[in-house]
Amino acid sequence: MDKKIRVLVAKPGLDGHDRGAKVVARALRDAGMEVIYTGLHQTAEMIVETAIQEDVDVVGLSLLSGAHMTLFVDVSKLLKKKGMEDVLLVGGGIIPEEDVPKLKKVGISEVFGPGTPCEDIVEFIKKNVKR
Amino acid sequence: MKKLAENVLKGDSRSIARLITLAENNDPKAKDAMKIIHPHTGSAVVIGITGVMGSGKSTLISEITREYRKKGKNVGIIAIDPTSPFSGGALLGDRVRMMELTMDEGVFIRSMGTRGKLGGLTSSVYDVVEILDASGKDIIIIETVGVGQAEVDIIKIADSTIVVVVPGLGDSVQTLKAGVMEIADLYVVNKADREGLNQAVAEIESLVEITCSNKERKTPVLTTIAKQKKGINELIKEIDKHQDFIRKTGEFKNKRKLRYESELIEIIRKRLMNFIFNESNLKEKTEFLISKISKKEIDPYSAADEILDKVLK
Repeated sequence: MDKKIRVLVAKPGLDGHDRGAKVVARALRDAGMEVIYTGLHQTAEMIVETAIQEDVDVVGLSLLSGAHMTLFVDVSKLLKKKGMEDVLLVGGGIIPEEDVPKLKKVGISEVFGPGTPCEDIVEFIKKNVKR
Repeated sequence: MKKLAENVLKGDSRSIARLITLAENNDPKAKDAMKIIHPHTGSAVVIGITGVMGSGKSTLISEITREYRKKGKNVGIIAIDPTSPFSGGALLGDRVRMMELTMDEGVFIRSMGTRGKLGGLTSSVYDVVEILDASGKDIIIIETVGVGQAEVDIIKIADSTIVVVVPGLGDSVQTLKAGVMEIADLYVVNKADREGLNQAVAEIESLVEITCSNKERKTPVLTTIAKQKKGINELIKEIDKHQDFIRKTGEFKNKRKLRYESELIEIIRKRLMNFIFNESNLKEKTEFLISKISKKEIDPYSAADEILDKVLK
């Protein structure tokens, strides 16, 4: 048996800034995970379809445009609809603090803001991955 | 596992993805499902795409797939990227160039790390081809890692192998003479709007002259600009022609034989290695012998004899 944690790093919505997503992707790779990067401008449907085909354990969403309350929630709902409750969903980017509890309520397990050390993200994933 | 295999045969994406993961992880559970699906395989055309880093393989695959979709064919894509030898992790980014295919129900894309396998592929690629084939894909396209000179394993599994190069490599085409440049059933010079196109085509053609002078079929050299969708139809026509050719000459049978032989060797190799290094009480013995080798108390050949004697008993 040779299990590896597979993570989808996705950029939902219209913002074109993926430096943060790429830094995180690299840190996860260096922690021994297989990271699939989607590229920019993904719809919730595209992200969930990719998560299915790639059979990932984790979906990480990065968003800096302010549309997280719509797009993160859409991804979470769609994952559940497709029976993918066992996928760990996390988010990051520019997310106001008051939104974090709301996001956690709808299935986003953790939100990592600017300045989060990469090791924290790695550790969180390793500890909370559901399968 | 029976249910999973049945769902794979029905073409269910989640089940296909799940079984690929089990096979990739060398999970013993995969074995039963693989046994069930095997009788349903063999009809898909397997196309291998290889070439140097940055030659536009992913973009080319995206465009080829769109053409096949217009013809009503279902397509499976296996995109392989290197696994880091240090962390064991991998960044799999080929999907970025295939984004437009994501929502197409007739396309299934899987990104894979090499997981320590050299040769440009990953050791579970044979399983993944069988799974996609059994799930009803008409065409399976395998993208190798960006290759140097010796990553030629793709010929063990593909029915048609396409080597992609770009203009401006100059003499490096010459250095590729042995190895990668020998395995092509079709050459594609992509990014044909770049300077140096004529030279690149001429260099490959002269290579073809030398290697194909006695053969029935001369390896075609095509030019494409994948980003502008140029040359894609011609490429598909040449792939079809090659498929006809190998079926007429009986080469197809040889290719499939090579594929199953390689698959069998791979399965046995994995099981043997797993038995020696993980499962049996040989694990301790092996570690003990390794430390003895480093202390010069035994040589590697005698150590291998000791282990193999135990395995073969």
